[in-house]
Amino acid sequence: MSDPADLTIKAAGAAMRAGELTSVDLTEAVLERARITESHLHAFLTLDQAGAKAGAVAADAALAAGEDAGPLHGIPIALKDNMCTKGIETTASSQILSGWIPPYNATVVDRLDTAGAVIVGKTNLDEFAMGSSTENSAYGTTRNPWDTDTVPGGSSGGSAAAVAAGSALGAFGSDTGGSIRQPAALCGVVGMKPTYGLVSRYGLIAFASSLDQIGPFARSVDDAAVLLEAIAGFDIHDATSIRGDVPNIRGSLNSGVAGLKVGIVTELSTTGIDPEVRAAVDQTLAGLSDAGAEVVDVSLPSCEYGLSAYYLIAPAECSANLARFDGVRFGLRAGGATTEEMMAATRAEGFGPEVIRRILLGTYALSAGYYDAFYGQAQRVRTLIRRQFAAAYEDVDVLVAPTSPTTAFPIGERTADPIAMYYADVCTIPVNLTGDPAISVPVELDSKGLPIGFQVMAPALGEERLFQVAKAVEDIAGFTARASLATSEVVQP
Amino acid sequence: MTDYEAVIGIETHVELMTDSKMFCGCPVIFGEAPNTTTCPVCLGLPGAMPVPNAEAMEGILKIGTALDCQVAEISYFHRKNYFYPDLPKNYQISQYDVPICHDGSIAIDVDGEPTQIGITRVHMEEDTGKSIHMGGGGRIHDAEYSLLDFNRSGVPLVEIVTEPDLRSAEQARAYGAELQRIVRTLGVSDARLEEGSMRFDANISVRPSGDPVLGTRAEIKNVNSLRSLQRAVAFEIDRQIELIESGGTVVQETRHWNEESGKTTSMRSKEESEDYRYFQEPDLVPIEVSAEWRDAVVAGLPELPAAQRARYQALGVDVRVAGVLVETEELGALFEDAMTAGGDPRLIGNWLSGEAVAWSRAESIAVGDSPLTAQHLVELAAMVGDSTLSASAAKQVLGGVLHGEGSPTEVAEARDLVQISDGGVIEAAVDEVLAAHPDAVEGIRGGDMKPIGFLVGQVMRATGGKADPKQVQQLIRDKTTG
Repeated sequence: MSDPADLTIKAAGAAMRAGELTSVDLTEAVLERARITESHLHAFLTLDQAGAKAGAVAADAALAAGEDAGPLHGIPIALKDNMCTKGIETTASSQILSGWIPPYNATVVDRLDTAGAVIVGKTNLDEFAMGSSTENSAYGTTRNPWDTDTVPGGSSGGSAAAVAAGSALGAFGSDTGGSIRQPAALCGVVGMKPTYGLVSRYGLIAFASSLDQIGPFARSVDDAAVLLEAIAGFDIHDATSIRGDVPNIRGSLNSGVAGLKVGIVTELSTTGIDPEVRAAVDQTLAGLSDAGAEVVDVSLPSCEYGLSAYYLIAPAECSANLARFDGVRFGLRAGGATTEEMMAATRAEGFGPEVIRRILLGTYALSAGYYDAFYGQAQRVRTLIRRQFAAAYEDVDVLVAPTSPTTAFPIGERTADPIAMYYADVCTIPVNLTGDPAISVPVELDSKGLPIGFQVMAPALGEERLFQVAKAVEDIAGFTARASLATSEVVQP
Repeated sequence: MTDYEAVIGIETHVELMTDSKMFCGCPVIFGEAPNTTTCPVCLGLPGAMPVPNAEAMEGILKIGTALDCQVAEISYFHRKNYFYPDLPKNYQISQYDVPICHDGSIAIDVDGEPTQIGITRVHMEEDTGKSIHMGGGGRIHDAEYSLLDFNRSGVPLVEIVTEPDLRSAEQARAYGAELQRIVRTLGVSDARLEEGSMRFDANISVRPSGDPVLGTRAEIKNVNSLRSLQRAVAFEIDRQIELIESGGTVVQETRHWNEESGKTTSMRSKEESEDYRYFQEPDLVPIEVSAEWRDAVVAGLPELPAAQRARYQALGVDVRVAGVLVETEELGALFEDAMTAGGDPRLIGNWLSGEAVAWSRAESIAVGDSPLTAQHLVELAAMVGDSTLSASAAKQVLGGVLHGEGSPTEVAEARDLVQISDGGVIEAAVDEVLAAHPDAVEGIRGGDMKPIGFLVGQVMRATGGKADPKQVQQLIRDKTTG
């Protein structure tokens, strides 16, 4: 058998139940991979080696005693460091939360615990999930395991890189404007954003509450479905979580696409899209067509305003969400002669430039006299986009587009140009505004050897259909390449 | 000199005494050690999220319907953004453009003059924590340091805003008192001003009488009794009139009521007022109130003070007496029980609001803690009804009962206050008195009726107050004019 760190969750689970592998073996393999790769990648902010090993021992004991918690039993998983973990430092990659140890678990963390998963550590992100490259972390940039001179995408770059490198079998991130799907595409793994409200946000350090959603990273569509199943469902602690039945996520996973109607969104797949990315999308569309799907062009003109609307709504919400970081009760506290001075100094010192930029943008957009022209107008655009997507789904089963306009870009290339950086999310933002689910599946490598992601979108709570099509895309693409840092050529540090 | 009219509106905050806080499961209890009834939600920790409390929503619906408000089928929570150390999220979850209840009214009565006060809105929000400023003058600006207690953070808070319909300090007080009675009757809050579970802010302006244009208003904060509310409003009205009369202008500002000095002083100018950047709370979904829910709340409402007063008045009870009975729960309860047992409403109402209250004040014992029962009151009224006791003797008997001397019958006998029912004895006493005052008798015969009262008094004295004065009077009339 190859290195267990390279197994899928499905394969590892089967091996454990066949008695060929223990959770301890698997966890050791993953930690060893992290030991080798972390100096190149910096995917993790915290590696909880002791906790992970203890979790693995407990998982093995439980399984030996016949207590099988399900498909994630004993599987090493990484968490983006904006999800609260009781007793484990949680910083959201910000100086302002340096050293903060939450007294409670996010609902997702509790559910993973119930599912028997082993938490290996907390992954790097753009500070407060604001960014598309993980360069905005206060604790250093994460690098792309396919080419360490390039970014892994963001904001969940650490989770994407960890899964691509083999230092976790699966991971969770949060997706506000593409923060799961875009790094998944850039790191050659599967990344999925669920329907808004399907997964509890309780314990997720909020960036933009009406857009944030936690979702999985995995090395296969199957694994992503299993990871989502473990965390989905109503939570009493999140008033926006959906009551009622969870979609049958794996119900049609192997049903193929024959007879389905697939719409390629013109506005998300033409202007500004790298030709190699577009070619890979076309090739996948041809494969879907060959598999019996009907592929049609769909125009959603309002998508052109998606980026603008997003960069008003998300900063507006973040300006309030991040107000609590004031030095009074937790985290960093700077000096000041008065309370106001202390708060101002703490925030000036504790927040990085991108976070400050967005707080200022959002504060301005909500100000008296500007609210209607900015925030109000952005909400109207959001309604328009939602309507156009709903109308499109009257005619097609799923919509598709590239996940990212380009493959991984060089570190430092866009840090001086925020607008260019924001443009990295142009294809992923619309479904955050609509609340619909979407998934990125790696389909091809470009001429530089960097992965290209193909995005599938479905109507709200259409996860069953979404995974069905994603699985077909995965089968058609037959993408088996692995990141260079995850292969045997890894240079020992 | 110009005649001025005051225009007053009042904002009231009421903390609801629910089992748990507005957006988390922490208990709503007071007097606990600081920061012991807190959790990630009410401490505003990263990642924590609010979940609305159904009991609190029911409480505000009760208040809204009791104030005759319209109830919005769908309303929204908003974030009110401002930085303050005792506001953990640095935004308060409140309501903004669509409150849950709006357009109601409340009836008040000052010196027999009834007035309807419009209620603009009743909305739901959360309370803040408490800052305790240590050292210096105890105010934030000169304190050496401040301590924070978040036990109160997240307690459900209802804000009730009136139209600018109030015109005097007396009306302001009457409004505050009636609102407090309503809230207490509903059982949703103890509404204690001195403990801050009910708090008033008053907006006051003055204008020449008849002028349709409103004057510049000042807002008074830190009013923590009904008496202070009346005093503060009266002071502020006078201050503004004097200011205008002396050629000055009123500035829009927030003013602090100082109980000791009896004055309001400037806290901050509204020019520095903050932009709260309200926007819809994305962590919460809209509040939907179904017709069924609203109907159930209406059906479950207790009798409100105004209706209770009206019911007592319909029984023949004096308006002032009805007010006292409704105001004081224990008196109302005794009265209700006495009515159920068939007692005379007028007599019993008067005794409770008069003698019983006076005794209670003098003895510093609540009437409810005295030996007086509803059954005693019924018995006493019956004794007056069948002339066993005179009205004045009845009051003496009541005093004895309150002091624990026994039942009315026992007290009346022990104190020898039972009226003489033997007609012969009374007649003999009348004859004796008439014989002793021939001038008076002569006067009456001559058409001067004034001495009758004097003669009745003499007979009452002769009988030790035990004769029925009506009977005595009749006898005197019969014997002098017959």
